[in-house]
Amino acid sequence: MNKVVNNIEEAIKDIKDGMTLMFGGFGLCGLPEKGVEAVLKSGVKDLTCISCTAGVDDFGLGLLLQNNQVKKLIASYIGENDDAEKRLFAGDYELELVPQGTIAERARAGGAGIPAFYVPASYGTEVAEGKEVREFDGKMYVMEKAFKADYAFVKAWKGDTNGNLIYKATSNNLNNPMAMCGKITIAEVEELVPIGELDPHHIHTPGIFIQHIFQGKNYEKRIEFLTLQD
Amino acid sequence: MALNKAGIAKRIAQEMKDGYYINLGIGVPTMAANYIPKDINVVIHTENGLLGMGTYPTKDNYDADLVNAGKQTVTALPGASYFDSATSFAMIRGGHIDLTVLGAFEVTDIGDIASWKIPGSRVKGIGGAMDLVAAAKNIIVAMTHTNRKGEPKLVKHCTLPLTGLQCVKMIVTDLAVIKVTDKGFKLLERAPGVSVEEIVKKTAAPLIIEGEIPEMKI
Repeated sequence: MNKVVNNIEEAIKDIKDGMTLMFGGFGLCGLPEKGVEAVLKSGVKDLTCISCTAGVDDFGLGLLLQNNQVKKLIASYIGENDDAEKRLFAGDYELELVPQGTIAERARAGGAGIPAFYVPASYGTEVAEGKEVREFDGKMYVMEKAFKADYAFVKAWKGDTNGNLIYKATSNNLNNPMAMCGKITIAEVEELVPIGELDPHHIHTPGIFIQHIFQGKNYEKRIEFLTLQD
Repeated sequence: MALNKAGIAKRIAQEMKDGYYINLGIGVPTMAANYIPKDINVVIHTENGLLGMGTYPTKDNYDADLVNAGKQTVTALPGASYFDSATSFAMIRGGHIDLTVLGAFEVTDIGDIASWKIPGSRVKGIGGAMDLVAAAKNIIVAMTHTNRKGEPKLVKHCTLPLTGLQCVKMIVTDLAVIKVTDKGFKLLERAPGVSVEEIVKKTAAPLIIEGEIPEMKI
């Protein structure tokens, strides 16, 4: 078994126009920076991208929108990206808004072999229009379908050559559920270590979900709102 | 006099009880964490994946990997835990969060809430708001009593796109504390110096008023 790739280009050599890609991260926290860069460089287009947010104008998913590579974006929030909003109004891409917890669960379900499930979120709102609804114990629920993704890009703090991952602080967010969901999941880590160096008790994402892993260099780790004590 | 944002946050904090797990929305709800009563222990949940959120960091200990649901840098308290978003929303959806506080554009007297979209205005999205309002047991809305145009935000029917149905239990505004009951809005408290008449005038749905309405203790 060799999951380690020297660079991400090697891991995405089969990427094609029209594919569905998912990106971990919440805003820019836990963002797979190298994954975004590589998709940008590849120039593939007509993509369906699944991500919690649209990043910001010039970083994260915003870069793929700016480069007109995205046909459809599935996200819960695009609020910190003015350019994404402009492009949406201009009809450059289609936006499917999904509640944040539903995005996470659709990814988890996709990886867990559950084709659909019911959640209370969005019942009675325009977001639930066209979706099947059902009553359980007197409460109404909306049916949501699992995601399928050709590639999932995730970012972890540490990983070993078997693909086991550990995230730092709140940078796990969508990375673990999306890691489960990708037909091919590519993990980028700040520190790649040989097997045996990570304590198995501390693994967040077991390596079975990871097809390719590499150590990224020069992470920017941009902060959206640096907020300090007075 | 109408309360300022800190005043609303202080009144919200009085609803916290020992042992509560609490989710605070962006803005005024988050400010309520500054006024948690000293004699109780509560755990603040932030839906991007942290239980036990602490204060904002200093310039020496901030970390790009440690943010709250508003994407602001924060700290974690001793006893905190980190987890992925699927687990975090299982906490919300599964009814494990004792108190949720969020902002709103409109709330109706049966507890419907509109908080995410103003047609023709900026597109921001939903974030975790729909998950929270659909599942939380105890939802308090923190908002101004009227919008920038002076129009009531406590209404009979929402004119803006809904976030959730029949879910809000209480509203704390700059003018009043109002409970959503089976019979509609019930006025519980008024801001210091604010008259019942003013609150009635600025509320676009019937208000149940029983006896003398006390002033909030801020």
